[in-house]
Amino acid sequence: MRLAIVTDIHGNREGFEAVLADASARGAERIVILGDIVGYGPDPEWCVDRCARLMEEGAICLRGNHDNAAAGAKEAMSPLAQAAMDWTVQALSPGAKEFLGRLPYTARIGDMLFVHASANAPEDWNYVTSDTKAIGSFRATDARLIFCGHVHLPFLASCDRQGMVREQPFRTGLPIPLIRSRRWLAVVGSAGQPRDGLAQAGWALMDSAANELTFRRTPYDFGAVAAKTRAAGLPEELAQRLIGGR
Amino acid sequence: MGTRPHKGLEIDGFTLGEQLHKGGFATIWEVTNARFRTPMVMKVPTILDGDDGPTIVGFEVEQMIMPRLSGPHVPRVMGIGDFDVMPYIVTEKIEGGSLLDTFLKAPLPLSDLIEIMARMVQAVADIHRQHVIHLDLKPENFLQRPSGEMVLVDYGLSRHAQLPDLLAEEFRIPMGTYPYIAPEQFLHCRDDPRSDLFALGAMTYALATGKLPFGSPEKLRGVRKRLWRDPIPPRAHRPELPEWLQEIILRALEVDPMRRYQSAAQMAFDLAHPAQVTLTARARKLKQDGWLQVYDRWKVARRIRSFRPPDFIGAQMAAVPIIVVAVDLSPEGEKLANTLRRQIKRMLVTEPDARIACVNVIKTARLGIDQMTDDHGTHLHVARLVQLKAWAEEIELTEDRLTFSVLEGPDPGQAIIDYATQNNADHILMGARGHSTTRRYLGSVSAQVVAEAACSVTVVRLRDGQAEAPVETAAEAEAVS
Repeated sequence: MRLAIVTDIHGNREGFEAVLADASARGAERIVILGDIVGYGPDPEWCVDRCARLMEEGAICLRGNHDNAAAGAKEAMSPLAQAAMDWTVQALSPGAKEFLGRLPYTARIGDMLFVHASANAPEDWNYVTSDTKAIGSFRATDARLIFCGHVHLPFLASCDRQGMVREQPFRTGLPIPLIRSRRWLAVVGSAGQPRDGLAQAGWALMDSAANELTFRRTPYDFGAVAAKTRAAGLPEELAQRLIGGR
Repeated sequence: MGTRPHKGLEIDGFTLGEQLHKGGFATIWEVTNARFRTPMVMKVPTILDGDDGPTIVGFEVEQMIMPRLSGPHVPRVMGIGDFDVMPYIVTEKIEGGSLLDTFLKAPLPLSDLIEIMARMVQAVADIHRQHVIHLDLKPENFLQRPSGEMVLVDYGLSRHAQLPDLLAEEFRIPMGTYPYIAPEQFLHCRDDPRSDLFALGAMTYALATGKLPFGSPEKLRGVRKRLWRDPIPPRAHRPELPEWLQEIILRALEVDPMRRYQSAAQMAFDLAHPAQVTLTARARKLKQDGWLQVYDRWKVARRIRSFRPPDFIGAQMAAVPIIVVAVDLSPEGEKLANTLRRQIKRMLVTEPDARIACVNVIKTARLGIDQMTDDHGTHLHVARLVQLKAWAEEIELTEDRLTFSVLEGPDPGQAIIDYATQNNADHILMGARGHSTTRRYLGSVSAQVVAEAACSVTVVRLRDGQAEAPVETAAEAEAVS
């Protein structure tokens, strides 16, 4: 089965749509969304609605910290994220907020675990930014493959038979065999707010039959999203961030 | 890892037969499976109880790389075993033995040596093209198929340019085989395809002289010396060896990778065109360098930590292309000559290390007596070669980057395609005839080459009614290889 893994959409309709179209062109049979559907971007309602429809078609959709905040929970946030969240809360329909409040924190398909942030204490939203920070996730589950988001920067680590966790460099667009003698953790890049300097929507394609993971980037009309961000009265910094991919 | 291999063991549909080989790190078993009719072997790593990291990682690397390789120079993989039960790799059985026996017979007659080396280099060029550096080339790791192709085995130390390098993080791994490893491997470099060319050079040396260029050091420290000490020139051992062969061997054995062949394809090209190997001082030397020169090199080498790294393998391969230029020496082709030469110069700007192989085809009769074999034919062959060299003079390229070949065949298009394939060409450049009756009735050679070549083809054409003024490239076709 081919899974399209999408995360951190953040109300970016154009980025999300581009990823879904690319994923379908590359033969993805199932969509897994690792959370943070809203926050920052100008189209939270549309993105929630699209996720709800995808779920009806069999997609898995998890809760991120921004979704949790939009649903009414108290989350510690940077001033910029908070300003965007205030806007998002007033822009979302009650139905959308209720949908976000019902999303699960984790999901499992076979030997794969999906979670928004670090797999140990999913509700604490810990960032997985290095091999040391990936250790907790490997200890918290017996899943062979762990997929998470939250960081916005793609990352890959393996855990060998001795329990040694190490970062593994990879190249975007090339399939990586997730050899079965190891366990793997992949942080999927953000579809709606990439931060590695490349203004393209991030996602990942997992081919479970071939046991291969491919980190992908899909170009989208970030200029249009930046214009909408400004028109909505969201902070200018957020528009700039989309243009620079930072 | 509960299961141990033994005769009669059944695992994932495979049944183990006789043990064929027992090495330090693995055992090889004959296996059968109802699903496959070809003879097969199973390699099982000998994993010691408890912590045996290096063996495990080496086998993981092999399990990761081998299924991604294809073609005649790699054994076909039939199955891979899980570490949780018993790790293994099942491949087709290569009937011919390894080259170890051949190497024990060295020095070999020159013709045998060239034949064997050309096949070995071809196999290495093939895996390099598939983004893999072997890093442990030695006679035992070359098997020969009954049909002649060399098959490369044992990828436990290899590096795939597009995959994570699981070995880079291991400090305890064996580094390769001391008589053959390149100096940069001693410096822990694992991403230079030119390391494999050094090993090929060391093996050519061994086949030519019956001696190893750097002896057989037992400890890693002994490898270090090759950073400054040059080997005894092959012709000092065996004076009848041709200078061109010594040139090829010593060029492959250069300490600095930048001074070696830059790709296996280029080395194969020289082995296939010995008469056109450019000879340097390397070809003529009969003694090792003097102690002063060696001392100077030692002073530099003892501080050296790494050489200039190559780009990743793919870029490296693309940066040193072989471009075949099909030249039409007929009066009609003359009109296109300037345009074609200008196109070559343009390509050399973007790919400054490219090697240009100019070819011309003498069309022979499809049926009946081959006229090229008589005196007149020989004369024609030489005349064409002279014309071809004159044609290329304006390109202003040094001799070592230009080669000339006159081909013969009833089908010129096929002759060009075959030459390009045999020489691992990356690009074919040729002219197209204008709108002439010849083309209408005989068909277009360029169209045939574009359609059937395994590499990119650029066709140069004059625009209608334009006699001299050159026109941009007409078509560029990326053929599926």
